[in-house]
Amino acid sequence: MRNGFFSIAILAAFMATFSARTVEPSEVLKDPILEQRARALSQNLRCLVCQNQSIDDSNADLARDLRVVVRERLTAGDTDDQIIDFVVARYGEFVLLKPPVNARTMLLWGGPALVLLFGALGLVLWFRRRTTTSTEGLSAEEEKRLAALVDDTAVKGESD
Amino acid sequence: MTANLRLGYFLPVVIVLALAVIFWSYLGEIRDGKSIQDLPSALIDKPAPTFKLPGIVPNDKGFDSASLKGKVSLVNVWASWCLPCRIEHPRIMQLAREGVPIYGINYKDKVEAAKGFLSELGNPYKAIGADRTGKVAIDWGVYGYPETFVVDTKGHIRYRHVGPIMADDLANKIRPLIKALSK
Repeated sequence: MRNGFFSIAILAAFMATFSARTVEPSEVLKDPILEQRARALSQNLRCLVCQNQSIDDSNADLARDLRVVVRERLTAGDTDDQIIDFVVARYGEFVLLKPPVNARTMLLWGGPALVLLFGALGLVLWFRRRTTTSTEGLSAEEEKRLAALVDDTAVKGESD
Repeated sequence: MTANLRLGYFLPVVIVLALAVIFWSYLGEIRDGKSIQDLPSALIDKPAPTFKLPGIVPNDKGFDSASLKGKVSLVNVWASWCLPCRIEHPRIMQLAREGVPIYGINYKDKVEAAKGFLSELGNPYKAIGADRTGKVAIDWGVYGYPETFVVDTKGHIRYRHVGPIMADDLANKIRPLIKALSK
């Protein structure tokens, strides 16, 4: 258990250094607050060469260029939204690793809730049907048949 | 009761069929030979970015966005180090011979290497701009090389092709589009 914890901690430490290494020292801004904003922005921008990495993680050439562009615009005084708009205008909404909530992404964001709703609805219907069938009880004819069966086994049980 | 039961049986089938239709329609793009990694350009039907690039050699006239108006033209982003650019080059030469104005954006290239590429394979370009930093390519939303844009008479981007232009791209997409836009 302790060993497992240590190996995970070591792995996490390695992974932290790997992700930190992609941003080259020459790219890092002097202002730590701007640099922090740059990191946060780049973590939500997709590298279009690798497509499943952010530009913060990727060492592709284009990712590096985009990191530099993000930092240049930050130093020029752009807001976070202006920078995101700048990149989206050129590469489309696909560059956003977290898709925006709008009419086109309604199904994407609402889908899980919709599935949950249908599941809950199905569950409610299923339980309701089960309880109604179980409280119906036996008809007079069924009672008679059951009694006959019970008598039959009782007789058989004695003979055994 | 029986109506409910029937619905309960058929609902999963209906859901699975609906999903199958959705997935199949998405797969359609792959069946048509398109890679899922080919992204639509965000700039379709929008004006081409404004830029001014120097030539490969300092005394060349270079290439700026003003030259894109008036005639349907092609903008080809290429580099001497890009192998697919070499592969598509004969088709670019072919289009130039057909009279289509083609402009080149020479992406992050060395002067001698770019000149060597053109003298070896031919120069189809009306003008070439050297984008040494890759900034103009970002303005065009370029993410792979080569990329080719079809620009209409008003200077609006109408089509973007990612990767080398092959014979069927030329015959089925680019030539018909240029013809339609030239009317």
